[in-house]
Amino acid sequence: MNAEFDRLDRAWYIDRIAKGLIFLCGISAIIFILSIFVFIFAQAFGFITEDLDVGEFLTDPTWRPTSESNPVYGTLALIAGTASVTGLAMLISVPISLGAAIYISEFATGRTKEVLKVVIEMLAAIPSVVWGFIGLTIMNPLIIQIFDVPMGLNVLNAGIILGLMAAPIMTTIAEDALKAVPDSYREAAEAMGATRWQIIRRVVLPSARNGLTAAVLLGVGRGFGETMAVLMASGHSVNLPTSPFDSVRALTATIAAELGETAHGSPHFGALFTIGVMLLLITFAINLTADLIIRGGWKQRGHN
Amino acid sequence: MAEPQASAIRTRGLNLWYGDFQALFDVDLDVAPKQVTSLIGPSGCGKSTLLRSINRINERIDSVRMEGEIRVLGHDVLAPEIEKAQLRKRVGMVFQRPNPLPLSIRDNVLFGWRIDHGGRPDKDEGEALLEESLRRVLLWDRVKDRLGQRATGLSLEEQQKLCIARLLPVQPQVLLMDEPCSALDPAATSAVEELIWELREQYTILLVTHNMAQARRASDDCVFMLMGKLVEKGPTGELFLTPQRQETADYIEGRYG
Ligand SMILES: Nc1ncnc2c1ncn2[C@@H]1O[C@H](COP(=O)(O)OP(=O)(O)OP(=O)(O)O)[C@@H](O)[C@H]1O
Ligand SMILES: [Mg+2]
Repeated sequence: MNAEFDRLDRAWYIDRIAKGLIFLCGISAIIFILSIFVFIFAQAFGFITEDLDVGEFLTDPTWRPTSESNPVYGTLALIAGTASVTGLAMLISVPISLGAAIYISEFATGRTKEVLKVVIEMLAAIPSVVWGFIGLTIMNPLIIQIFDVPMGLNVLNAGIILGLMAAPIMTTIAEDALKAVPDSYREAAEAMGATRWQIIRRVVLPSARNGLTAAVLLGVGRGFGETMAVLMASGHSVNLPTSPFDSVRALTATIAAELGETAHGSPHFGALFTIGVMLLLITFAINLTADLIIRGGWKQRGHN
Repeated sequence: MAEPQASAIRTRGLNLWYGDFQALFDVDLDVAPKQVTSLIGPSGCGKSTLLRSINRINERIDSVRMEGEIRVLGHDVLAPEIEKAQLRKRVGMVFQRPNPLPLSIRDNVLFGWRIDHGGRPDKDEGEALLEESLRRVLLWDRVKDRLGQRATGLSLEEQQKLCIARLLPVQPQVLLMDEPCSALDPAATSAVEELIWELREQYTILLVTHNMAQARRASDDCVFMLMGKLVEKGPTGELFLTPQRQETADYIEGRYG
C-alpha cells in the first residue's frame, strides 16, 4: 500500500522544476541588480583605491584623463553638464506633463482619452537616438537661427530634447496618480458647487501629491541616466555652463564616448567606471525616494 | 392634497435616460418648503436618479439626458443660463456613504465657503462659521479639540454629520439626502435622523430612504416611486395608513424587495 501512496510521479517532478524556474525568474531582478553593481564597482575598484582623489574628482572642472604627464579626473563640469541639462529638461517637462496628465484624467473622455494615452505611450517608445537626431538636425539650425548664436548644440537644445523625452513617462505616471484619487472626492466637491478648476486645485492635486512627486522624481532619474540624446544634442564639450547657449558634456555621455578608446584596466578606464558608480548611486537614490513616496501615499490612503 | 404654498422643488414631465435606458418617466414631484419629504420605493426604481437630477449632479455621467422641467425655489434649473456651481451652493447634497474630503475637519467645513468666496475667511469669521456649523449638527463638543485632524479619521456617524455641516456655511435652502443613514449602525442612524428632523425648521429636505420606519418617523410628506414613475405622494401618515394605490399598499406591506 505504502508504495502506492509515496510514489513520486512525473507530475511531482514537473511541479518541482516549474517551481524552481519560476522562483529564479522572480528573483532574477535582484540577481541582476546585485551583479551589475558588483561588476561596475569591481571595474572601478582599482581606480578608487589607488588614483582617486575625492576632492579633485568632485570639485575640479578639468576632465583631462588622456594627458600623459598630468591627467586630471575632475567631474565637476560633467556634473554641471548633467545637472543643467536635466534641470532645464524638468523646467520644460514638469508643467507639460502635469498639464497633460490633468487633461487626460480630468477632462478628456471616451475616444480622445484612449487615443491620447496610446499616442503618449508611443512617444515614450521612441528610441533616444531618434531624439538625438532631432536635436542635431532640427533643433540645432533652429536655435542658431532664432537666437543668432554660432552653435545650436548646447544646454538649451539638450534640455528641450530631454524634456520632451521625459514628458511621456512623467505624464503616464502622473495620470496614474490622478486616476487613483477616489471619484467620490470629486463628486463631493462638485456637489458643493466647486468648479472644475477648484476641484482639481483644491481636491485632486493635493490628494495625488505623493504620486505626482514620484512622477517628477522618476522623470529626473530618466534625465540623469539618458545618454545618447544628450551626447548628440549637448555639444559634448567639457564646460561649466554659464548660459543655456553653452555646450556641455554629461556624465553618461562621457562614459559612452570614451569607454571604447581606453585601455582596459587603465586609470582612465577606472575613472569612467567610478562615474558609473556615481550615476548608479544617484539613480538608485532617486528611484528609491520615488518608491518610498508612492508607498507612503498608499499607506496614508489606506488609513482613510 | 390642497396647495398649501409654493413648492420648493417642483418637477413637471421629467424624463431621464441613461443612454437608451429610460430611468424616469414623466415625474411630477412637489416638495413643500421647510419640511422633510421622504422618497421611497424598491431598489432601482429611480430614487437616486430623481434626487441627483435636482442639483444636476447626475450630469457627471455623460450618457444622461433629461427632458421636462425642474424648478428649485422658482428657478428653472435646466435653463441653459443656469450655472451649475451656483445651483449646488443653494442645493446641498448628502451621500449614501459619508464622503468627507481628505482634509482636516476645519477645512472640510470651510470648503464650501472658500470655493464660494475664492479665499479663506479671516480667522474670527472662519472660527465662528466653523463653530456654528458644527454646533448645528451636534458635533462641536465632540470635535472642537481636534479640528486640525483629518476628517477621514472620524467615526461614520461623525463623518456623515460633518458632511451635513459642511453644506451649511454657504446657506443652502434645500438639502438632498440619498440614504444618509444606510452606512450607519442603529444608534448612529437615530442620531442622524433626529438631526434631520431638527434641520427641517430651516431647510427644505428631500430624503431618499429604503427604511420604511425611517420614512414614517422622519418625514412630513412621502413620495412613493416604482419603476421610474412617481406612483403616489401625500402626507406621510396618510400614505402609510390609507394608501390610494394598490402598488403603494403592496410596497408598504413589504411585498416588493
Ligand atoms: N450610471 C448609470 N447608467 C445606466 N443606468 C443607470 C445608472 N445609474 C442608475 N441606472 C439605472 O437606473 C435605474 C434607477 O437607478 P437608481 O440608482 O436611481 O435607483 P434607486 O431607486 O436609487 O435604487 P437603490 O435603492 O438601489 O439606490 C436602475 O435601473 C439603474 O440600473
Ligand atoms: Mg439609490
